[in-house]
Amino acid sequence: MPRGKKRAAPEVSSGSMADIAFLLLIFFLVTSTIANDKGITLLLPPKPDPNEPPPEVTKNDKNIFKILANSQDQLLVEDEPYKESMIELKREVKEFVLNFGNPGEEGIQVYNSLPSRMKAEINRFGRRTDSSDDPTECVISFKAARGTSYDLYIQVLDAINAAYNEIYAQRAGITVEEWLALDKDDDIQKDMYDRARSNVPRAISIAEPD
Amino acid sequence: MSKFKKSSNTQQDIPTAALPDIIFMLLFFFMVTTKMRETDIMVKQQLPKATQLTKIERKSLVSYIYIGEPKNTSLYGEEPKIQTNDVFVDPSEIVQFVSQEKDKLSEVERDQITMSMKVDIDVKMGIISDVQQELREANARKVLYSSSKRVDL
Repeated sequence: MPRGKKRAAPEVSSGSMADIAFLLLIFFLVTSTIANDKGITLLLPPKPDPNEPPPEVTKNDKNIFKILANSQDQLLVEDEPYKESMIELKREVKEFVLNFGNPGEEGIQVYNSLPSRMKAEINRFGRRTDSSDDPTECVISFKAARGTSYDLYIQVLDAINAAYNEIYAQRAGITVEEWLALDKDDDIQKDMYDRARSNVPRAISIAEPD
Repeated sequence: MSKFKKSSNTQQDIPTAALPDIIFMLLFFFMVTTKMRETDIMVKQQLPKATQLTKIERKSLVSYIYIGEPKNTSLYGEEPKIQTNDVFVDPSEIVQFVSQEKDKLSEVERDQITMSMKVDIDVKMGIISDVQQELREANARKVLYSSSKRVDL
């Protein structure tokens, strides 16, 4: 046994560690996609019960905002052909919901809970008696034909949602972006969300195509 | 002159010992923030653009339905098709797919299942409403129309 100088402990060179890590990094970069699942949510109606007759429409006709789309992607809004942009449609939906033509008890409560700037805006639109009674009553009905393009369907749905989100955001006193970014796990933000939405249901009815 | 010579003794190398750590940190970041592409999408997917987007709160509750014109038109034709997992299905098979997906979830979460519809913009509404009828039948009523962000409007 040689018993000379003590040999230095063998060392693993770590210089190539960075290269190995780089390889792994590049592998993950290539094989993965950043999850970006966002979209427009919608709650479908429950399936009809065969034992019960279909519910009768008790809503007053003036409380229903009708949007129809045909196979040529033409729109019929409130029984009139519609050629304006989606921004215009959003404005009309918003005016319709916030009409307060003949508010009921809950409607008056909603009106009183609105910030003063919104009240001023509503009064400027004028409260038309031939439009909706109050936000608790109105329904936005959207019916697309089988030949309508999916693109138009999403545009219209987006415009309706934009109108409602603007109402909620204004009611909560924040911008629409802030409204959409509200975190419902946080108690304070959840409370804000619930208060803004109370008694102003997002009533979007998607009718089956013929 | 000697004034300036003094500094030449200092070491010029940048220590690289911490480099692997930095790379590992990047690696972990990407491992955590990305998801593997599990299914091979066989239909065209150009998602529509919209402004009012909401994020999915819990990813585990989401199942995906892809609708669009098949990429391989010589084999499958040009009519839009529905893809779930790795296969094309008929609208009538959606109910079965939904119950399979529901079985993966625990009992309390089954009603909260969200169907994410990834639909190409060139598809017509007919096939989509067929799917929606089946989803109502299967009691999976939460639907998300997957779309990408548009800045104007």
